[in-house]
Amino acid sequence: MEKLLEVNNLSISFTQYVQGLNRHDLKVISDLSLDIGESEIVAVLGSSGSGKSLLAHTILGILPYNAHVTGDVKFKGEILDQEKKEKIRGKEICLIPQSVNFLDPLMKVSQQAIGECSDDNEFKEKKLKQREVFTKYGLDESVDDLYPFELSGGMARKVLLSTALLNDPDLLIADEPTPGLDSKSVEETIQDIKKLKEQGKGVLLITHEIDVALKTADKIAIFYSGYVIEINKVENFLNSENLLHPYTKALVDALPYNGFKLTEGVQPLEEVSGCPYYENCPICSYKCANNKPELIEHDGAMIRCFNFNKVISDDSVSEELVDDVSEESVSEELVVDVSEEVNDEEANDGA
Amino acid sequence: MIKINSKKLAKFLGLKAVRLMILLIAIAAISFIMIQLSPIDPVRAYLGQRIVSQEQLAIMGEYWGTNLSLGERVMGWLSTLASGSMGFSLIYRVPVTEVIVQKFTASLTLMVSSWIISGIFGFLLGVLAGAKEGTWIDKVIKTYCYILQSSPTFWIGLVLLMVFSVYLGWFPIGLSVPIGQLSDTVTFWQWLHRLILPAFTLSIVEIASLTMYTRDKLINVKKSDYFLFAQARGESFWGIIKNHGIRNILIPAITIQFMSFNELFGGTILVEQVFAYPGIGQATVAAGLRSDVPLLLGIVLISTIFVFAGNLIADIIYQYVDPRLRGEDDD
Repeated sequence: MEKLLEVNNLSISFTQYVQGLNRHDLKVISDLSLDIGESEIVAVLGSSGSGKSLLAHTILGILPYNAHVTGDVKFKGEILDQEKKEKIRGKEICLIPQSVNFLDPLMKVSQQAIGECSDDNEFKEKKLKQREVFTKYGLDESVDDLYPFELSGGMARKVLLSTALLNDPDLLIADEPTPGLDSKSVEETIQDIKKLKEQGKGVLLITHEIDVALKTADKIAIFYSGYVIEINKVENFLNSENLLHPYTKALVDALPYNGFKLTEGVQPLEEVSGCPYYENCPICSYKCANNKPELIEHDGAMIRCFNFNKVISDDSVSEELVDDVSEESVSEELVVDVSEEVNDEEANDGA
Repeated sequence: MIKINSKKLAKFLGLKAVRLMILLIAIAAISFIMIQLSPIDPVRAYLGQRIVSQEQLAIMGEYWGTNLSLGERVMGWLSTLASGSMGFSLIYRVPVTEVIVQKFTASLTLMVSSWIISGIFGFLLGVLAGAKEGTWIDKVIKTYCYILQSSPTFWIGLVLLMVFSVYLGWFPIGLSVPIGQLSDTVTFWQWLHRLILPAFTLSIVEIASLTMYTRDKLINVKKSDYFLFAQARGESFWGIIKNHGIRNILIPAITIQFMSFNELFGGTILVEQVFAYPGIGQATVAAGLRSDVPLLLGIVLISTIFVFAGNLIADIIYQYVDPRLRGEDDD
């Protein structure tokens, strides 16, 4: 089966000027590779503010001018350059934005869903299509004349989804579709996205909510400090034994229904010379300090770790290298990052 | 289309009317007191160059009420105002109301035309600069705005007068009608010909502030999420500027243009002086220089109403055109 979307070794950095004229390259996404097939939902899961949305912006060609991109993006086997992106965005690839702020506050929603039209005939045609899509999502005619600020949270989400579906795209990019929604709306969103899959569409789901990713996606790519460290099938996320990367294992173990194991540690903000998870890793070796692991395939999954298939033994864990973590704690529990996922999970659980 | 809640509008206008009354009373009283405290002697100003004896002066003073206390004088002024009279102009020797009506109409054409010119050009330049932010077009427009905004109106007037009237001879040097002709016999083209340069001068300075404001607003729109989303939906750049950009900056731009009535009035005074255009601006200067107290106070009041009207229109636009505020307490 031909892949709908392929992203190969994508890196995004921004040029910044710090303290006067010192140029500084801020790397946001490093060496990201993933692919999405037809009728497949792939979630990119990472903490908020980590730059996941930039992946969506890269695919659509709407990055700010100071962004530097390497690697390539292929759509239906064809490499997407800026010109091609501009041609297919909004048609074959559509974005489902995260909130009503992505709609023009002074334009009626039906008009926005229809978008730019070159003549009256096109407008009439699109108007019919818009009505059809709106009806499908339970938005009656009174909604057409509303302004974005008049929409309720649930309605807004349906409008945003309809906007993306009007041109019948093959690939949808849902960028944080569920922030701040009540659990019922979240459930509806998940169902809506799953329905898209049934219609044969590919979906790239960008989220920081692990729950949403687990319930929706077929594959989950774990985004850590700008790197994709593991891409695995959603079934494997049920049990941390089936996962490969120590961070992913820790993440899953930190879920409330998996024992809530929590240990301190943060994602490195600066570019590190070795593995990004080295500082917090329970299975790291000397090699990890100064060498970056590549994303390699293993048993149908992708993994970025040198030691994932090695047995944890006292030999491989060096005391000097694992700062502040005693041997005892290493062998008994995993070092888990305090990240958004965990916090969100707590919040959701409380609600 | 725009739905206007007439009940809400009536209440709004009623409140504004009350506010205008309070403002006018306050302005009338304060400006009157200031004139009283100034070295201007109304009796001397009335007499002008005529020589009178001390006794006659004392009789005049009593007639004008110089022996009354400040409070009594203020009350007297306010009660006369309330009866609809603004007094008698000392220079023109006609009621102040008449002078103001005549001079203000002349200025109004000047102000309205320059206001429209600056509105259209300022907005277009602002949109262009904002859309092309960072390019040479933007830099040229920005430099132009900075220069204009930092140079005084009367100086620009003089420069234009030198270039277009003296060197090129395209336009007359001053006055609103040709010399030796009655104002009733002036043709439309003659009148327009003499209006162009002053109106242009007045609008030039106004353009600068509106352009910078529009540019800034459009740049903000370009940074917004909805602009990004419109791009992601494959809309063309100029299409987005047209459909979303202008839609979102038009209301604030029109509002700011209405709120610039005070600058417009201030600019008119200088421009009319430079071009010898017989409008309210020249009357103001004459009243000030020749101690025509009634006329000066009359102009203060009329300019208050003028500026208030501008702000009122801006308020109405915000309240009733922006859908986000329009329906707020309609239920």
